Amino acid sequence: MIAAPDAPLPTPDAAAVPAVELRGIVKRFPGVVANDGVDFDLRVGEIHALLGENGAGKSTLMNVLDGLYRPDAGEIRVLGRAVEFRSPRDAIAAGLGMVHQHFALVPTQTVTENVLLGLARPRLRLDLRHFDEEVADLARRHGLAVDPRARVWQLSVGEQQRVEILKMLYRGARILILDEPTAVLAPQEAADLFRTLRAMVAGGSSVVFISHKLGEVGQIADRVTVMRRGRVTAAGVATRTTTPAGLARLMVGREVVEAIERSPFAPGPVVLRLRDVAAESDRGLPALRGVSLEVRAGEILGVAGVAGNGQSELAQVMTGLRRCTAGSIVVDGGEVGNRAPREAIGRRVAHVPEDRTGVGTAPDLSVADNLIMKSYREPPVARRWSIDRGAVRRFANRLREAYAIAAPSVETEARLLSGGNLQRLILAREIASEPRLMVAVQPTRGLDVGAIATVHRLLLDQRAAGAATLLISEDLDEILALADRVAVIYEGRIVGLFDAAAADVATIGLLMTGGSATPAAAPGDAGRSVP
Amino acid sequence: MDPTIILAAGVSSGTVLLFAAVGEILAERAGVLNLGVEGMMLIGAVAAFGTAVATGNPWLGLVVGTLAGGLLALLHAVITISFQAEQVVSGLALTFLGTGLARVAGEDLSKAGAIALLPTATIPGLSAIPVLGPILFTGQSILVYVGFAVVPVTWWWIARTRPGLHLRAIGESPTAADTLGVAVYRLRYAYVVVGGLFAGLAGATITLAISPGWFGDLTTSGQGWIAVALVIFAQWSPIRAALGAYAFAAIRRMLLDIQGPEQLFGVRNPFYYDHTLTFFLEMLPYLLIIAVLVAVSGEAMRKRIGAPAALGVPYVRGERGQ
Repeated sequence: MIAAPDAPLPTPDAAAVPAVELRGIVKRFPGVVANDGVDFDLRVGEIHALLGENGAGKSTLMNVLDGLYRPDAGEIRVLGRAVEFRSPRDAIAAGLGMVHQHFALVPTQTVTENVLLGLARPRLRLDLRHFDEEVADLARRHGLAVDPRARVWQLSVGEQQRVEILKMLYRGARILILDEPTAVLAPQEAADLFRTLRAMVAGGSSVVFISHKLGEVGQIADRVTVMRRGRVTAAGVATRTTTPAGLARLMVGREVVEAIERSPFAPGPVVLRLRDVAAESDRGLPALRGVSLEVRAGEILGVAGVAGNGQSELAQVMTGLRRCTAGSIVVDGGEVGNRAPREAIGRRVAHVPEDRTGVGTAPDLSVADNLIMKSYREPPVARRWSIDRGAVRRFANRLREAYAIAAPSVETEARLLSGGNLQRLILAREIASEPRLMVAVQPTRGLDVGAIATVHRLLLDQRAAGAATLLISEDLDEILALADRVAVIYEGRIVGLFDAAAADVATIGLLMTGGSATPAAAPGDAGRSVP
Repeated sequence: MDPTIILAAGVSSGTVLLFAAVGEILAERAGVLNLGVEGMMLIGAVAAFGTAVATGNPWLGLVVGTLAGGLLALLHAVITISFQAEQVVSGLALTFLGTGLARVAGEDLSKAGAIALLPTATIPGLSAIPVLGPILFTGQSILVYVGFAVVPVTWWWIARTRPGLHLRAIGESPTAADTLGVAVYRLRYAYVVVGGLFAGLAGATITLAISPGWFGDLTTSGQGWIAVALVIFAQWSPIRAALGAYAFAAIRRMLLDIQGPEQLFGVRNPFYYDHTLTFFLEMLPYLLIIAVLVAVSGEAMRKRIGAPAALGVPYVRGERGQ
């Protein structure tokens, strides 16, 4: 899909002054040593990947380099000069720009306005037309296609990322730090990004590429540094000399079992039937435009798509959290569309929402209270109109043990749990309700390898137990690993439907970004043609 | 019931609302809600009037009144920006504080009698324009003309300048602005204080120009709250705020005029004979404001437009994500 790296640069500068040199960086947070004496160096004109699991300390290290955090110890040199950045602004002045995972953009402003923000130029009167041309010109030179006059909220995530890169380039950044840039991109968008980065380093810029995906590190980076638990486990290894398995071992500290075992596909009766469902986004724009889908018992249907193509709204209409403007949603023969969420709960629809702290849990309540949120109306938890605290504790403790939720006690506030444990809590609660339909949205986003494996196993257990599962994810690898069938969503429409076993990644990637597949690969109205 | 008089009066007393609303727009655009407008106006009004009484110089009164409003706003800035306290609570407290202080300070001022007021002016040439001339440019207080200038200048500042770009950014996405080196705290301080200066000016406009004198709380009679509502109605645009301010003031004046004549449109005027009915009449503009607010903000909420995204949210730097 993506070309192997060009011939390795015989960088004449390699022996000369490195672009960035970090020596013995220590950064502590309350209770954690995020960076424990880390060394790192970036050569001029190279793409250097920083690989590691979530929480390995990659982002912290780069935030130290970017001036966002002050290191507790250590030395930073940029092009040979010792520097001490007090803010990202100092870093930018030294030619260093970082693109964070969570973009720092002003959604209501235009691309050009975002690029100009914080600059001392112009002094007072802002003639946007003049600057629009400058920005368009810069974008063209670097192959970053984006309309300078568009407002940021109207842009796709991939385009927003380009705006972030443009911001740094406009400020003259020659050293670019990208924090997991492909996490939000479709395969084709990632390929575009890689092309841009290649062109930039060919022009003498240098790039740090933070990632936890083994495959893309081999594709894009010249060298790789691996981090685990705040320390470097491999420093500046040429990617040509590594294998994904070797990198994985360095990253995780043990062999990673890549294959997921799944029971044979034995679909039962149809549990979920969506017919021409339409809904609006928060802004009142059409978000779903006639979605028709069916999911059978014992089946996982994966919904693949780039963020913001109607996935959130799709999950919300099925769980009663959003109004449909048209169509019907039937679970086990009963309509749940435009009904109260309790109707869906009554039909045993489980929901693992995208937003774990805002929707999935009430962070200030205890683990126990969060666990009973779906069963508080029924015995044994409910004793007529009162709640039996003893029964609550027993129920919660049983789930805490069964799902290995790491919390000091069930009275601990949910907000103190790590992401993986919070997700275990949500899954425990949802699975305890013995769902007929499981709606899981981004169930593993931001989790580490161990937690991801747990979530995947729980979802497959549900499939084996005969639940119908709708898995909405932006991680195509996850969908292909878990799903029996794959539906591709684009701009609120299902634009393709495949058997996961026969699915072609390139075709799906193309459909995700609005391209059309070959007729054979994707029947035009696939959603409806399912028996 | 002469429409020209009603509209001219609307422009005149609407200037008070205009100043207060423009000030609040600037503060809210920076992301800080200040519900203390009523308090800041009262402080401005009493400081201006007291100074004018003591020195006989209304210009000095204008300056002192304006600064008094800014000083009270500075307190709000310290509480909400430096200490990151709840903006709604601090704003309400500011209104109580301002009202109380103004009452104490104004204890003896209600018997002060007539003072020298700020001058009025008729603009030669412009006042000769048919229809608009007599409404906008004839015999208005000098502050009304200041109001005419303030609106386009504020609009231009927000929409067409670099500082305006930064102002919009700190109210929409302070984190984005901060990472690019925009001084979020300093700018928020500045705009909250500027908002207070405008509220003080609005108060001074009442006591030194529009309806001179000191009548305790009744001096502002809730106009600070109207200004806060007007900001939402105007969707944070100074131009819409100005139109709303003039229109609201004109309607209020019209309802006052209705009570005057014995005969209204050839029939017996009920408001002239039954004074309890006039209370009902005076309530109507406020009812209108509520209705308009519900209509406007319902639409705005649905589309999530208008309000600066970070309005009411204290900015805390360097908070670790996730």
